[in-house]
Amino acid sequence: MKGLTLFLGCVIPNRYPGIEMATRLCLAKLNIDCTDLEGASCCPAPGVFRSFDEPSWLAVAGRNIVLSEKLQRDILTICNGCFASLADANHMLKSDPVLRERTNEYLAKIGKEFKGNIEVRHIIEYLYRDIGTDIIRSHIEKPLKLRVAVHYGCHLLKPSKSRELGDSNRPEFFDELIECLGATSVDYPDKMECCGAGGGVRSALKDESLKMADHKLSRIKEAVIDCIVNACPFCHMQLDAGQEEIKQRTGVDYNIPVLHYTQLMGLALGFPPEALGIDLNVTNNGKFIEKIEEML
Amino acid sequence: MLCSLKRGTLKNVSNMPTIPQDDAFVLNEVKNACKNIFKCMQCGVCSGSCPSGRHTSLNIRKLVRKAAKTADVLHDEQLWMCTTCYNCQERCPRNIDIVDAVLMIRKVAVHEGIMHSEHRKVSELLLEHGHAVPIDKDNREKRIKLGLNELPETVHKYAEELEEVKILLTSCGFDRLLNRAGKKDAGSEEI
Repeated sequence: MKGLTLFLGCVIPNRYPGIEMATRLCLAKLNIDCTDLEGASCCPAPGVFRSFDEPSWLAVAGRNIVLSEKLQRDILTICNGCFASLADANHMLKSDPVLRERTNEYLAKIGKEFKGNIEVRHIIEYLYRDIGTDIIRSHIEKPLKLRVAVHYGCHLLKPSKSRELGDSNRPEFFDELIECLGATSVDYPDKMECCGAGGGVRSALKDESLKMADHKLSRIKEAVIDCIVNACPFCHMQLDAGQEEIKQRTGVDYNIPVLHYTQLMGLALGFPPEALGIDLNVTNNGKFIEKIEEML
Repeated sequence: MLCSLKRGTLKNVSNMPTIPQDDAFVLNEVKNACKNIFKCMQCGVCSGSCPSGRHTSLNIRKLVRKAAKTADVLHDEQLWMCTTCYNCQERCPRNIDIVDAVLMIRKVAVHEGIMHSEHRKVSELLLEHGHAVPIDKDNREKRIKLGLNELPETVHKYAEELEEVKILLTSCGFDRLLNRAGKKDAGSEEI
């Protein structure tokens, strides 16, 4: 099995570093061979940069891929946006000789060349397909008696023609990963609906974007859960920081803890909440942390 | 030209030094960018599947129709309300790559100098820092508290690697593209 490089992206190291720490702790505990991808940049974000200018999006994504090619390791992403950008760019550069030649002309200016000999992975599908729930279960130290609202996020699954992760309407693999930690994945209406952040909507049209988050949070609140668990820091930011932004606009205070999957997994593997940055959300997770500490 | 826009949300940079393009040329660009839009039979599965359309004025079915007809689509605020969730594309009975078309229409718009000021700011951050969301003081402290290095193992830590990203973006003309999209903040221009 080929080793991995950890692709951090922007939002995790620079806004939710707890997710970076949780990821590092989980990978080490599961003995997954993963090294840093030194000098990587923004993926660059698919919803904005890809639609502004494809050649530059592809060149910068190509450079990130080449950094990992040099190490002969597949890229491990922990963000749906980074996964979308890098997996799509990798596929395009592998399959389209014209795009590849053009991109390599740019990359030649920095002494690099795209060769097309590695894959781009997302930690959720990697854990599910390459590690498996049985092995994860065998590492659990603290089974989590929690009701979880899972949020897949769009770009983990779609466009399905380039994801090969099965049905994007009723997927189950992320739910299985939640349940192998001892938690219950609770069904809720509009479970597969978008958080509203993607495509540059959160950055340019915040009010419109938050209407979508508000709807999603209201549905989740009805399901009476302990936390939301996601696979993407941009969804994470929208559902966490978005709660404060919604409160300022509408007065509604959802007060729902939001965790990246690696943070939930970290709890099950026995790490304390503070080591995983669960106390560093915009939303106050104090009560959730108390519940975890009583449970452990 | 921008009558469909809410005042102050988008900026028209027609007063910037750009080559004037007539509508026929731009429409041709749009058509080339999304050829299979013409297969659309206006069934509405797309708009029925659209999470943004539930809460915003985005009507993706109408936007697709508009894109097939007129270059005015470039100035339509709805173009920027799509979160690229891909529901419409997954469910389209004619297998039209709707989101891919939206992305390509946006690309034509940006190359015509039409860009949200927030998107230009994010682009400038990428040009300057190699990250669309760069580190700040709070998160340097959070990193240290967590036991991580103050700066991540990215272009933030390695100046020569950041220089590579800058060379790439400049070679691709990304900086010139932003200059073409103007330097004034949204809302500061008459629309």
